[in-house]
Amino acid sequence: MNTTVSATVPRASGHITNQTREWIWGYICILPWLLGFLIFTAGPMVFSFYLSFFKADYLTASVFVGLQNYWTMFFDPIEFWMLALRNTAVYAFTSVPINVVLALLIAILLNQKVKGLALWRTIFYLPAVVQGVAVSLLWIWLFHPNYGPISGFLRSIGIQNPPLWIWSEEWAMPAMVIMSTWGVGGSMIIFLAGLQGVPQSLYDAASIDGAGNWGRFRFVTLPMMTPTLFFSVIMGLIGAWQMFSQSYIMTQGGPNNATLTAVLLIYRKAFEQFKLGYASALAWVLFVIILVFSLLVIRSSTAWVYYEGELAK
Amino acid sequence: MTTGLTAEQARVRAQAQAEGRKAHRRHVWMVVLGRILIYGLILVGSAVYIFPFLFMLSTSLKLLKQIYVWPPQMIPNPFTLDNYIKGWSVLPTTTFYKNTIFITTLNIVGTVLSSTLVAYGFARLRFPGRNVLFVVLLATMMLPGQVTMIPLYIGFAQLHWVGTFKPLIVPAFFANAFNVFLLRQFLMTIPRELDDAAKIDGCGYIRTLVSIILPLMLPAMGVVAIFTFTGSWNDFMGPLIYLRNTEQFTVALGLRYFQQQTDQHIGRLMAMAIVALLPQIVVFFFAQKQMVQGVTLTGIKG
Repeated sequence: MNTTVSATVPRASGHITNQTREWIWGYICILPWLLGFLIFTAGPMVFSFYLSFFKADYLTASVFVGLQNYWTMFFDPIEFWMLALRNTAVYAFTSVPINVVLALLIAILLNQKVKGLALWRTIFYLPAVVQGVAVSLLWIWLFHPNYGPISGFLRSIGIQNPPLWIWSEEWAMPAMVIMSTWGVGGSMIIFLAGLQGVPQSLYDAASIDGAGNWGRFRFVTLPMMTPTLFFSVIMGLIGAWQMFSQSYIMTQGGPNNATLTAVLLIYRKAFEQFKLGYASALAWVLFVIILVFSLLVIRSSTAWVYYEGELAK
Repeated sequence: MTTGLTAEQARVRAQAQAEGRKAHRRHVWMVVLGRILIYGLILVGSAVYIFPFLFMLSTSLKLLKQIYVWPPQMIPNPFTLDNYIKGWSVLPTTTFYKNTIFITTLNIVGTVLSSTLVAYGFARLRFPGRNVLFVVLLATMMLPGQVTMIPLYIGFAQLHWVGTFKPLIVPAFFANAFNVFLLRQFLMTIPRELDDAAKIDGCGYIRTLVSIILPLMLPAMGVVAIFTFTGSWNDFMGPLIYLRNTEQFTVALGLRYFQQQTDQHIGRLMAMAIVALLPQIVVFFFAQKQMVQGVTLTGIKG
């Protein structure tokens, strides 16, 4: 980030009017975001926190209940919140590492000076662009136990009873993870660009030092890629913790709540059961969880993320 | 050089050359094998990644009785557009498209205009608190939307905006953190001398933005427009929460409704899914280069 502070250092007296003008225009320029932040982010966040201590619905007046909402979600077993958190955590901590590794592998493959790069890149990137309801519907069909191609393929290689995928309690979440691997293209594109940005001179130097293919990957490619990997892991985790539409459309959280995610439960409490206070409390807990995990990754990053500028220190 | 060689020296050299050739051949072999492996993996991977599209297309062009056969025929015979024609008219699909185009267009306009202005402010103008505010902006990128969802709903309900397009459109005009970040990253690559030259010529900040910076920023603004298009076109939760009447549904919400209405007719469902995906695929093919640049700009320098 630009850390110039010259704006606060007054120069010749004649420039002060110019400087004030720059300040004013600066605030005018960022005004849309500043207002949006206050109206659509900061304000609602504060209000949501406030609401989480109330029993509130659309019809009756809100009643202050203290920490009861928080107590209920963690200690009342019929609320399913702990289950929803567990499901979401399983999804986040399996899909994100799998997708990051897969994206890196594909990027490395495509970085091998292959012919037709544009075509391959398009094929791997396209599924990542077209997410949404249509994709969820497509995957319901792909997972179909009798006529779906996935089970068909498994039968053709000798697996007599392939899983029932989203219709089985055991396999529904793995099916969601498998589906998520279809969308690795976004990370792959970032990794590919990152790989292409690794200077050849570093590889040459490593070769002179006697590094083989693995050595060059381990000691040049991987360290140079860590900032990009870091970005992908953070954004991937934040996205995965918010998984909603796949569960809502494909399984309605089932079977037997196997794919009930945190956001799906929040949605149900807020917009189907109209428990606004309780749902706000759930949302805040989810927010804190995402925040804690993001901070943990950021904290750990000093140990494994390498920034080029560090060498100069 | 060779004139001075004894028979022994010549023999040793010939042997060395032969071994060198062998090693070279071995090396060539390894390279060829490596290439075959690389292309093999890429081909298999591509086949896996493109297969769902082809299977969807194939299903959508089949009659119901052709769909439920195993093994499936990838190329339907006979070939029918029945699913598209019938599927389209089950629900007011044309209206869904009009709604989505309307919402998406306004989202693009609002996001591009507001984000560009904000990015210009953060990248080019100096004012107290700028860096702190920029960090706040970056932090909001990591904020999950659920934590603001319920109060926003209550607020929009107070304004009687629930059941209208407004909650899906108005926030777009207040800049989006990710896009501001992307545009600012791009702006940092435009030399500041251009601004200074404009200033010397007597241009104010807005004149400079409009006549000097904007023309250079068009590619990045295009990227923002494309990302906004994809996000808005695919948005499911927003319309799910705020839209009430079928006549107001977007394509994504309409598709979900369609699924509930005709659960068993997989051919029509796939046909309508393709219809919903098509605009995205078309945009992707025209704008792939810009999208790659945009993703790279935020992902690498971030």
